[in-house]
Amino acid sequence: MKLKLHVWRQKNAKTQGKMVTYDAPNVSPHMSFLEMLDVVNEDLIAKGEEPIAFEHDCREGICGSCSLMINGVAHGPQKATTTCQLHMRTFKDGDEIYIEPWRAKAFPIIKDLVVDRSAFDRIIQAGGYVSVNAGGAQDANCLPVPKDTADQAMDAAQCIGCGACVAACKNASAMLFTSAKVSHLGLLPQGQPERQRRALNMVQQMDKEGFGNCTNQYECEAVCPKEISVRFIARMNRDYLNASICGSGPEKKAGGGED
Amino acid sequence: MSWFKQFAQSSIGAKSAVALTGLAMVGFVVAHLSGNLLVFAGRDAINGYSEWLHSKGALLWVARIGLLAMVGLHIFFTIKLNLHNKDARPVAYVKKTYTKAKPTSRSMVLSGLVLLSYIVYHLAHLTFRVTNPEFAQLDVYTMLISSFRSPMVSLSYIVGMVLLGAHLSHGVTSLFQTLGLNHPKYNPIIRAIGPILGVVLALGFSSIPVSVLFGLVQ
Repeated sequence: MKLKLHVWRQKNAKTQGKMVTYDAPNVSPHMSFLEMLDVVNEDLIAKGEEPIAFEHDCREGICGSCSLMINGVAHGPQKATTTCQLHMRTFKDGDEIYIEPWRAKAFPIIKDLVVDRSAFDRIIQAGGYVSVNAGGAQDANCLPVPKDTADQAMDAAQCIGCGACVAACKNASAMLFTSAKVSHLGLLPQGQPERQRRALNMVQQMDKEGFGNCTNQYECEAVCPKEISVRFIARMNRDYLNASICGSGPEKKAGGGED
Repeated sequence: MSWFKQFAQSSIGAKSAVALTGLAMVGFVVAHLSGNLLVFAGRDAINGYSEWLHSKGALLWVARIGLLAMVGLHIFFTIKLNLHNKDARPVAYVKKTYTKAKPTSRSMVLSGLVLLSYIVYHLAHLTFRVTNPEFAQLDVYTMLISSFRSPMVSLSYIVGMVLLGAHLSHGVTSLFQTLGLNHPKYNPIIRAIGPILGVVLALGFSSIPVSVLFGLVQ
């Protein structure tokens, strides 16, 4: 296959970037998208040019490292697929492909196609802990969890934190990510004691990071490689409303006994 | 009240305010349409309805001020959210493909702004009667008929109502999600209610100028 690539090149966070066109003359349809970029980079290195920087790790669709806006769609045209699992047979010989980094104020570009997603880590940190009693291990299954609830919690827990939801959203909103993280603990009995506080703190952190607001257009759900449902966004809205309106207010200082 | 300040400043709090004020306005629009349709029951029916409304005095003004507050808050929070959204993506994509967003959902700001200018015109036209001072002496029925005989006036009302339908077809379905109401059992109804209400309201309101234009109501 012969392809023409338009790739975003940007030296570092401070410099201006621009689209640069590259020819990829020897692409096998069996390659993954990242392998195709590897081959293009080999050529660039041989020519003494700077290779295209992109993020990757497991290359089996479970780590959440790879990203890329491919022809305007996060993770490319195949549904429920990360960029590393996207194969070149999805494209046709002679195609032109636009490759851009995730674009959001909360995801500043580090270099070329690599963005800093530590805003997501800070949202998770804001979620805090779950109370687990110390002492001997409990017997298995002594906390009954209905199958349907366990399934839903697992669906939410599938989120790999890749950031495609933010990239696809016209408002660069992180509601799908945050709601998946709020919900996978909030659905289970172990997550109940801190449920309200978790929703409040994670939403607050999400707003602080400078992500946009959800306008319920569901572009995020359409591109999510793990098919996280926008149902979790409604669930987070419910948890947040409940915690704000019916909750006990700001967290009191830790430590038992009377003040 | 620190929790309230924090809530109103949060993204979900602001979105809930847009949803609730929107819901209140939908309630008004439905009531408004049911009143308007009395035009088909004849001159006395709609004139009687108008007199009944105006006989409420202070209560009518409470409703008007309440409605104005809803409009104001809806716009205030939308602008706040929208500016924040623009700020969240400072550099646009060179190429962006939409996969799920609909034209109605993507043009909410535009349809909202045109609706706002429509409302200003509509109030000046039929409520405060500034555009046609001679209306002051007329009853509602005569005023409607003489207005809608003008194709330009009718057309502007019809365009306004089509945009109302477009705005609500996304807005009404969307407000359920914002308020946390999403359940597989009820989602088919929630998904349908916005577009259905939008079409019913647009057709219902437009039926009046169309009937006058074609001489069905005289």
